Amino acid sequence: MRSIAEILLLLVVLMDFAVLGTSRLSACIRAVAVQGVLLGSLSLALEGGLSLHAGVLAAGTIGVKAILLPWFLRWAIREASVRREVEPLVGYMASFLLGAAALVVSFAVAARLPSTGGTGLLVPVALVTVMIGLIVLITRTKALSQVLGYLMLENGIYLFGLTQARRVPFLVEAGVLLDVFVGVFVMGIVVFHINREFDSISALKLTELKES
Amino acid sequence: MLSAVGLLAIVVAPALGALLAYLAKEGPTRSAVLAGSAALHFALVARLWIVPAGPVMGGWLAVDGLGLIVLSLLSVLFLVVANYAHGFLRGGKPHELRVFVTGLLTFLAAASLVSLSHHLALLWVGMEATTLSMAPLIYDRHDRRSLEAVWKYLVLSSVGIAFALLAVFLLATAQPSRVGVRPLVLEDLLAGGARLDHWWLRAAFVFALVGFGTKMGLAPLHTWKPDTYGEAPSLVGGLMAGGVTTCAFLGLARFTQVVLAADLGGFARPLLLGFGLFSLAVAAAFIIGQADVKRLLAYSSVEHMGLLSLGLGLGGLGAYGAVLHALNNGLVKALLFLSVGNLVAVSGSSAAADLRGMLRVRPWSATLAVIGLFAVTGSPPFGMFLSEFTIISGAFREDHPLVAAAALVLLAVTFVGIARMILEMILGDAPAPGPGPVDRERPWMIVGPLVLAGLVLVLGSWLPEALQEQLARSATSLGGRAP
Repeated sequence: MRSIAEILLLLVVLMDFAVLGTSRLSACIRAVAVQGVLLGSLSLALEGGLSLHAGVLAAGTIGVKAILLPWFLRWAIREASVRREVEPLVGYMASFLLGAAALVVSFAVAARLPSTGGTGLLVPVALVTVMIGLIVLITRTKALSQVLGYLMLENGIYLFGLTQARRVPFLVEAGVLLDVFVGVFVMGIVVFHINREFDSISALKLTELKES
Repeated sequence: MLSAVGLLAIVVAPALGALLAYLAKEGPTRSAVLAGSAALHFALVARLWIVPAGPVMGGWLAVDGLGLIVLSLLSVLFLVVANYAHGFLRGGKPHELRVFVTGLLTFLAAASLVSLSHHLALLWVGMEATTLSMAPLIYDRHDRRSLEAVWKYLVLSSVGIAFALLAVFLLATAQPSRVGVRPLVLEDLLAGGARLDHWWLRAAFVFALVGFGTKMGLAPLHTWKPDTYGEAPSLVGGLMAGGVTTCAFLGLARFTQVVLAADLGGFARPLLLGFGLFSLAVAAAFIIGQADVKRLLAYSSVEHMGLLSLGLGLGGLGAYGAVLHALNNGLVKALLFLSVGNLVAVSGSSAAADLRGMLRVRPWSATLAVIGLFAVTGSPPFGMFLSEFTIISGAFREDHPLVAAAALVLLAVTFVGIARMILEMILGDAPAPGPGPVDRERPWMIVGPLVLAGLVLVLGSWLPEALQEQLARSATSLGGRAP
């Protein structure tokens, strides 16, 4: 099961870079959805056998992160009729390089950390997903891309949480999933309103409030 | 048994109320649910002061000094705000009314969960829920400015709160697995403090400081605050500045407790002191010359969060002062936002220049706002004087004379900035005639702020025996002591 987990983790990193390198929002949403499936499968693979806890957690994760939220975000871009992230603050090549740097840093940092148990790849992949999520959040200008960045950040933290999955009780996981779901849902609604108000979902237009 | 039900009901009752308010068809039903939930919550919390309740849900929910003080503050604030909302929302559109009341009650449930949680992941769930429940309330006006405010608030708070979640997971990693030790339950973390892994614990504390610090609005993580407080309806601003920030302070205090139990005070304290002083400095810089009252209040909130962080970092008397200050700050902020909201409603602008001569137009609210502004600078005879004095003398006692001196200078600068605003509002010329007739002040506008002003005044000179006891307990749990 360990090797399966490691393959899944490598695919998670691949999805990080897929989001970094793509301008089409629907492709980005798909990449994040695939990441959700990978996360759900990981909780099964790491458990090393079927248990009710791992099964429910996997089903919940896939249901929320891979089905409900991507469906909702796709609805938001269809309503707002945006297709592409046209003007990122940092170009695709540069953000790709930033991502590569994040990858190197994550592995270097993780090699120095005290052991947590679980597979050795889990912590560095969690770190790199958190960092790439932050990069997307900061360098993209469309409000919807920023929501995707936030989702990736959450995915990274969730990966880190998997190291403790056997100890953190079920109720808490349900609460965390619910909170993430509602959070992205609320953000999606705001994105929808931003589009209606400003005829664009670019967060760069949100500049009325500042110190005068 | 009865007390266990009572404890659960403090969280469950407002949550059910939120559901009822969402499903209700009639506006009056909704108002009744709001008022009823607020009163029931207040009664349940008041009962906790008389009949202590033991832990429930295997120690996940429990009452301690710190939690009880925060919970009581929230309950009082909510009662006042619910009363104010009753008048404020009259004549609102039914759909928006539904979202508004549901959001308020969800907030109460989530904030109560934060104050009672002794399981740190559960505390996080509550904290995130308070963040989300506030979003529709900020966007109440449905215009561009409030949209921008709510977006900034959502993005920054969500990232902050995500870091807090990472902190919780890091803390779980720091705690060794042992039979009989409940993961992430505060009592077990504190009892096993010596066995916590220092490396992971340090990482957990740094992320907790950034995460909860963003929600508190400690500089430099405060950038969402002026925009959000400036645009939110005043009663929402009061609830945020008085309630949400206090919940975030509680989260930070819980992590501080754990770090102190693991004997890492030498690592955590300088960080808390640094964030505290920096927040005081940033607040002073933006308060001096601030032309907008609501934004001034936001920076004043940054200042007081800085003082709380300072108190936590000092320990000793400072910890006692910080808990007392959290109480005072909550009451004063709600007083200010409600009374200033009454004034802003007249001209529709929160620029100080537009609030001149308000003493003649809305004498009660203007007087209450001025009282609030004096209280917030920490002048006697109000409660904040006492708590700020305790924190500063804590700095001298704990051998941090430079910290004390820097804090005093920055507080003085802030005082000048706020005093200038008060003078401008009192001494300003008579107001230009408005576009339409200004309606008179109504009782619902005055009652809440008046009650809060009374509480702040009383706390300045007299602390009830029971409150002193709980304050002393909280201070001890934060590595401090009572004066």
